[in-house]
Amino acid sequence: MRQHPSVGDAGRREDMGQPPYLYPDYKSTELRAPAKPLIILPKTLSDTTGPAYGRGLIGKLDNDLTRQYAGEPLGERIIVTGRVLDGDGRPVRNSLIEIWQANAAGRYTHHNDQHPAPLDPNFGGAGRCLTDDEGRYRFVTVKPGAYPWKNHDNAWRPAHIHLSLFGPSFRSRLITQMYFPGDPLFGQDPIFQSVRDPEARQRMISIFDLEITELEWALGYRFDVVLQGRNATPMENH
Amino acid sequence: MPPGTTPSQTIGPFFHDALLAEDRSELVSPDHSSAIRIEGTVYDGAGEPVPDAMLEIWQSNPAGRYDHPADNREDLPLDEDFSGFGRCGTDTSGKFSFVTIKPGSVPGPDGQTQAPHIMVSIFARGLLKRLVTRIYFPDEEEANAADLVLQSIEDPEFRKTLIARDEGECLRFDVHLQGEQQTAFFEFAE
Repeated sequence: MRQHPSVGDAGRREDMGQPPYLYPDYKSTELRAPAKPLIILPKTLSDTTGPAYGRGLIGKLDNDLTRQYAGEPLGERIIVTGRVLDGDGRPVRNSLIEIWQANAAGRYTHHNDQHPAPLDPNFGGAGRCLTDDEGRYRFVTVKPGAYPWKNHDNAWRPAHIHLSLFGPSFRSRLITQMYFPGDPLFGQDPIFQSVRDPEARQRMISIFDLEITELEWALGYRFDVVLQGRNATPMENH
Repeated sequence: MPPGTTPSQTIGPFFHDALLAEDRSELVSPDHSSAIRIEGTVYDGAGEPVPDAMLEIWQSNPAGRYDHPADNREDLPLDEDFSGFGRCGTDTSGKFSFVTIKPGSVPGPDGQTQAPHIMVSIFARGLLKRLVTRIYFPDEEEANAADLVLQSIEDPEFRKTLIARDEGECLRFDVHLQGEQQTAFFEFAE
């Protein structure tokens, strides 16, 4: 893959642990990345508060993507679990996580996904849950497949699960992707490589953990998420 | 040492079933006596509509109180039917729409007051991290002129990209991701 000189967001100091808006290797950034300087937003109640979306919304099987249809999905059954922490390492409690992913063959149940791999009638690929008092979450699903896309010649996305998290405030909102250890596709994937700090890239890769596996049932992966910002206010009473 | 932050990644094109299965674009019923409709289109740098974006909004209630424990101003009422959060995907023509009520003024930096505004996050394929912007109101000329955040934007044309346009039936807030008419976007101060 080509190496680019550091492409800044309109000349500001760069956080190499986050992707830039403009990353030319990822073609879709070219017409969607803002070019004018970002405006510095002082910290106020408008962003140290944030939505408590999801509470009271979650169904019993929402975190088990293998039990949402009449039969069981094909693929390698996995457990994905971990903790959600704030910038001080404190647990983020009672907070919504939403996930979505391709099926084991690398196909999304989405009308725009034209990859000629089979759909699985027993897999929708969407789940959600709330973190518990220690910030823990847990999903049961199947390992997603890699799939091709049209970004560059012979481009393939490494296997990944999309995660959407709210955390304690508007500031802490995060959408990211969780990858699997040792994926041979990392080197040619511009979305993964858009995070230029190699240590930060490691934070997007789940850890295989034999302790999490369930005997004769499912493999286990651990994935902790650290959100930006700090809990301004204890959340215990809410 | 505090742990390192998890990097952001794009929402991609396939989020609809997971994030938009429930319609959260109406924060109040359109029949609500104070309901307002905010409509807009998201455009890319070539002026083409963006059909696969998602917008989220966050706002105070009309009294200027946020439904969140960090806003502990108990003298201001909370409305249990109004959470202040909304979410809407763009359609095939890049359009989105929210039905809500106008927020009140809220506290700003250094004891100042901020003009009524709505916080906005924008996610899309091709955005490796979300964009953050604000919707301000056209009938708040005086408050807007005194608002520190708005006034920190020197170019008046750029500043105007944050003020919705009154179209009678609705308020229009178009988002231009790039180009001459680009919307002003924010980054958070520490």
